[in-house]
Amino acid sequence: MSTPKLQLKGIKKKLRGRQVLDGVDLSVDKGQSLVIIGGSGSGKSVTLKCVLGLMKPDAGQVLVDGADVTRMPEPVRARNMRKFGMLFQGGALFDSLSIWENIAFRLIYADGVSRKDARERAIETMRKVRLAPEFAEVRPIELSGGMQKRASLARAIIAKPDIIFFDEPTTGLDPITADAINDLIVEQTKELGCAAVSITHDMPSARKIADEVAMLYGGKIVWRGSASSIDHSGNEMVDQFVAGRAEGPIQAVV
Amino acid sequence: MINPFAPIGRAVLAILAEIGRFSGFISRAVTACFTPPVFAGQFGRQCLQIGYFSLPVIGLTAVFIGAALALNIYVGGSRFNAEQFVPNIVVLGITRELGPVLAGLMLAGRVSAGIAAEIGTMRVTEQIDAMTTLSTDPFKFLIAPRLLAATLTLPVLVLVADIIGVMGGYAVATSTLDFNGATYLRNTFQFMEAEDVILGLIKAAVFGFIIAAVGAYQGFNSKGGALGVGRATTNAVVGSIVLILAVNYLITAFFVE
Ligand SMILES: Nc1ncnc2c1ncn2[C@@H]1O[C@H](COP(=O)(O)OP(=O)(O)OP(=O)(O)O)[C@@H](O)[C@H]1O
Ligand SMILES: [Mg+2]
Repeated sequence: MSTPKLQLKGIKKKLRGRQVLDGVDLSVDKGQSLVIIGGSGSGKSVTLKCVLGLMKPDAGQVLVDGADVTRMPEPVRARNMRKFGMLFQGGALFDSLSIWENIAFRLIYADGVSRKDARERAIETMRKVRLAPEFAEVRPIELSGGMQKRASLARAIIAKPDIIFFDEPTTGLDPITADAINDLIVEQTKELGCAAVSITHDMPSARKIADEVAMLYGGKIVWRGSASSIDHSGNEMVDQFVAGRAEGPIQAVV
Repeated sequence: MINPFAPIGRAVLAILAEIGRFSGFISRAVTACFTPPVFAGQFGRQCLQIGYFSLPVIGLTAVFIGAALALNIYVGGSRFNAEQFVPNIVVLGITRELGPVLAGLMLAGRVSAGIAAEIGTMRVTEQIDAMTTLSTDPFKFLIAPRLLAATLTLPVLVLVADIIGVMGGYAVATSTLDFNGATYLRNTFQFMEAEDVILGLIKAAVFGFIIAAVGAYQGFNSKGGALGVGRATTNAVVGSIVLILAVNYLITAFFVE
């Protein structure tokens, strides 16, 4: 068996006295698209932050191509970041920079690409996510939410990562724009041939972008299966989540 | 039974922990200043932002303080027939103390608050996390340029403040106190010593460092949305002012020894 592109082994993380992650095990193969579903506050974003090294897990390993990134010295880990692309829940575009500088940030500041070449590649990537080149010079604040998502997507894919992470790519968008973003995600990950790990509570979105779905509950992965099997998972919690019922084994925290 | 010393102990521990975190932050920030990659463009932009755009504030502060100082020294000096010492004491007071301290305090408001708000907003909107995932160290890209720019431009600003402050005193002395302009300037330069100016510039560099470091620390560690950024900004201003005044005393005492 080949080593998975990304593997999480027993990730634990306690925050403010609460055991948010209590041994998360997951693996993603090259070219595979995994969607993690789970209720608000179940620790989906925390899982991604542990993988990206933005939070340090209390226990467990994050293996990228078989190498544990949580125990790497800082420079090596920083280099490993090049394999990752991340689309943040709120977009997280730099509001002091123009759209093209945002998209080309890694090229200019980490890879030492000249501004002229970086700009060309940014505009080319904007075209891929259907952002018109006339928006290259504007600031993120002047774009609509959907356009900001496109710009963040462009920033995540410009350096051709091996794995892309999407934290709720469609939240806050109207259904049509959301579907367009889903299409772009599928199209771009297929084109790059990269692995994708997405978080969402939006079931139509999950069905569209997932090869496989995993459900996070109580700090653990309680179910994992192919996207087509999600409607007959035989797991009560998944059934409740997919149907969107308040009654069931999962209690909403309100 | 409630132990009356427990809250005191807890407070002391909290302060020690904060000092520890701040020291860790400073050492990471200073290391970032002296290891590649260097973001020269960011440094240049911060020099403009922190140094150049602070000139009006600094100039206005200095001219009024210089003028007021001259008047006060004249009044005080005339009580024992020493009013001719106005130029000497104005230049001493401005270069050793008022130039650097007032510039430091003004910039604690202008610059420290600005840095805390900007970096704090970037923190709570995940822009700092995003930067890390784009293989760029926020300590190098955001913090080092501000730290270097503040430490290097504050002495220049204080030099300007010294000159403008002395001119403020000169203007009042020659216009309302019947001092002879040439004599005033001659007394100023004859009395002024290199040590006074150098002490002021050393203070300025240290204050610049404090302003940027406290602002960046508060911003970088802010959490909890707009409320958190507001709190970080307030803490940055109060914290840098208190530190500036305390350190000012220590440096002065050290040099007087
Ligand atoms: N930086 C932090 N400090 C302290 N607690 C945190 C931090 N980040 C997250 N938490 C806590 O961890 C828990 C999980 O948060 P997380 O953001 O992972 O949820 P989520 O599954 O992504 O939810 P949502 O779908 O609403 O985004 C929450 O209870 C949250 O309060
Ligand atoms: Mg989340």
